[in-house]
Amino acid sequence: MNRFVVLTLNGLTQGAIYAAMALALVMIWRATQVINFAQGAMAMFTTYLALFAIDHGAPFWLGFTVALLSGFVLGGVVERVIVRPVESAPPLNVVILTLGLLLFLEALAPMAFGGQIRSFPPAFSIVGLRFGNAQFAFSPFDAFTLGGVLAVMILLLVLFQRTNLGLRMRASAFNPEVSRLLGIRVGRMLTLGWALASLVGALAGVLIAPSLLLYPTFMDQVLVFGFTGAVLGGLDSAVGAVVGGLLMGFALNYVGGYLGSDLETVGALVILIAVLMVRPRGLFSSQRLRQV
Amino acid sequence: MLAAQSRLGRLVSPTLRRHLLLALGAAVLLVLLSAQIGAYDDYNLTAVAIFVVAAAGLNLLTGLNGQLSLGHGALMAIGAYTASLFLKDYQLPVVVVLLASVLSTGLIGIVFGYAAARLRGPYLAGATLTLAVALPQVATRYKDIFGGESGLSVPPTQPPAWLGADFPPERWLAWIALAAAVVTIVLLANLLRSSTGRDFKAVRDNEAAAALAGINVARTHVLAFVISAACAGLAGALFAYWSGVTAPAGFGLGLSLQLVTAIVIGGLGSLAGAVWGSLVLVVVPALTGGMASTLNLPSAIANNLPLAIYGGILVIAMLVAPHGIQGALVRIFAIGRARWGHTPAAGQKGVVDWDDPAPDT
Repeated sequence: MNRFVVLTLNGLTQGAIYAAMALALVMIWRATQVINFAQGAMAMFTTYLALFAIDHGAPFWLGFTVALLSGFVLGGVVERVIVRPVESAPPLNVVILTLGLLLFLEALAPMAFGGQIRSFPPAFSIVGLRFGNAQFAFSPFDAFTLGGVLAVMILLLVLFQRTNLGLRMRASAFNPEVSRLLGIRVGRMLTLGWALASLVGALAGVLIAPSLLLYPTFMDQVLVFGFTGAVLGGLDSAVGAVVGGLLMGFALNYVGGYLGSDLETVGALVILIAVLMVRPRGLFSSQRLRQV
Repeated sequence: MLAAQSRLGRLVSPTLRRHLLLALGAAVLLVLLSAQIGAYDDYNLTAVAIFVVAAAGLNLLTGLNGQLSLGHGALMAIGAYTASLFLKDYQLPVVVVLLASVLSTGLIGIVFGYAAARLRGPYLAGATLTLAVALPQVATRYKDIFGGESGLSVPPTQPPAWLGADFPPERWLAWIALAAAVVTIVLLANLLRSSTGRDFKAVRDNEAAAALAGINVARTHVLAFVISAACAGLAGALFAYWSGVTAPAGFGLGLSLQLVTAIVIGGLGSLAGAVWGSLVLVVVPALTGGMASTLNLPSAIANNLPLAIYGGILVIAMLVAPHGIQGALVRIFAIGRARWGHTPAAGQKGVVDWDDPAPDT
């Protein structure tokens, strides 16, 4: 029973990170109908940038800020420079483009930052909190992770639901033609959408780095878990992405805890296939799939 | 005499005859080539042949049937592990080992193909991506069978006695791999010229229209996946012989993405493109390796330079030349023909049909 509680708490923290990754994928999917397979690699790269800053004497918070800001910039640049020109190309081309970016960034990182596996310093203690005599499987860093993801999600919610800018971004994603006629700079909105999504991805990277080790492909499995979470929730639903990500966190921790940690990705594969077979629209999607 | 000839003529269609003649010519040239070059180049030639087998299979699936698979590296792993497991306990002829790998990977392909046939676009890419990331971990998990991180070692194939005692084993392996590549290309080329091949393209171009024309879309998807997986299995088994060890690290996402790179650079939907792309996959690391040792680059840079180049090429290719090398060649050819006054008649277009670049894949 104790073990179950530990796994559930770990699942909550990791699920929050997968939710962030899933949300990043969904935001880009909704804005430009592209699955950004380079999302994980971009987050990996920004995490390396944060570590680079910390290595050179910057405090953790500065490194953290570097990760988020560079994520924001990288996302915007990627959309403007390489995704925009293939906007009207067949979807397969755009997918291949993001794969090229993935390959490029994962090769560039060891060239720029060295090939050895690194550890990433956490901002807070990773030792479980103590209440009286009982040690609790929930550390201050876990609390920071949960709080960080929650804060970003609330900010995004406010941005999209309560501000004029958010309304324009939603309109651009919903119907670019009409939005353009109404005077919205659709291109700018899409760039901003990619930038924000990439910032959320960078947050996932810098939050999960302390519990994984940092190496060029370390975000591959986080991307896979985030993608599975996004599909589970329905690719076009932000709420679905968050719920799907959290569910993935719980499910994978139970799989890892009871069956063996090497089987987590196999678990994700099984979940993904099962969801796609039974309910391909996911749990929360409003979109109707075309049936042939 | 004449009757027999015409019966033979019916059995061996002009297309098949042309493909067989081309294949025979290629085989003779390649054998002569392999005899001229040293052991190291034979080794590289083997690598090209292995990539050709895998990339041709992937191009059938992606270029001609429109299903993008990021999991072909994992399918190659299945072939490689099948071969290694067979060779661990038994001494078997190469052909048997290769066929066993084709069968086992094809069977897995059926299972995965049924799931994949229902998936489109990003969903299929994501599912196969998950396969690529998950499968190597199975090998790590079940150490007793698959040897964990260090993998299984594979005994080299010895050249048969009739070739002489001092026949280099590298050249023998090159011959095997080249034979496999030629056979694969001939079989796939014939498949593409058949009604099945036309079904593949029809489904790629417009599923609804293909279904209305009486094509079983789901069956076509599964079939393409199975054939493609079988090719990957063959390539994987050859890969096991070639590298001498089958370990999970060799079959990561990077390998799958290299195969995608090969078909994109070479030309989506073209078998000739698979050959160009495979050449690039072997030539680029050889060039950068040479460059790195001349410039004395640190190993972190030298080892990753090819992948960075592939990634860069993928992005640039999608921006400026989405039809790859074969597409460019066909275009140059067409320009040349137009300039010298040989404007191809409408019916003549079919001449380059089996390696025509997909207009918009």
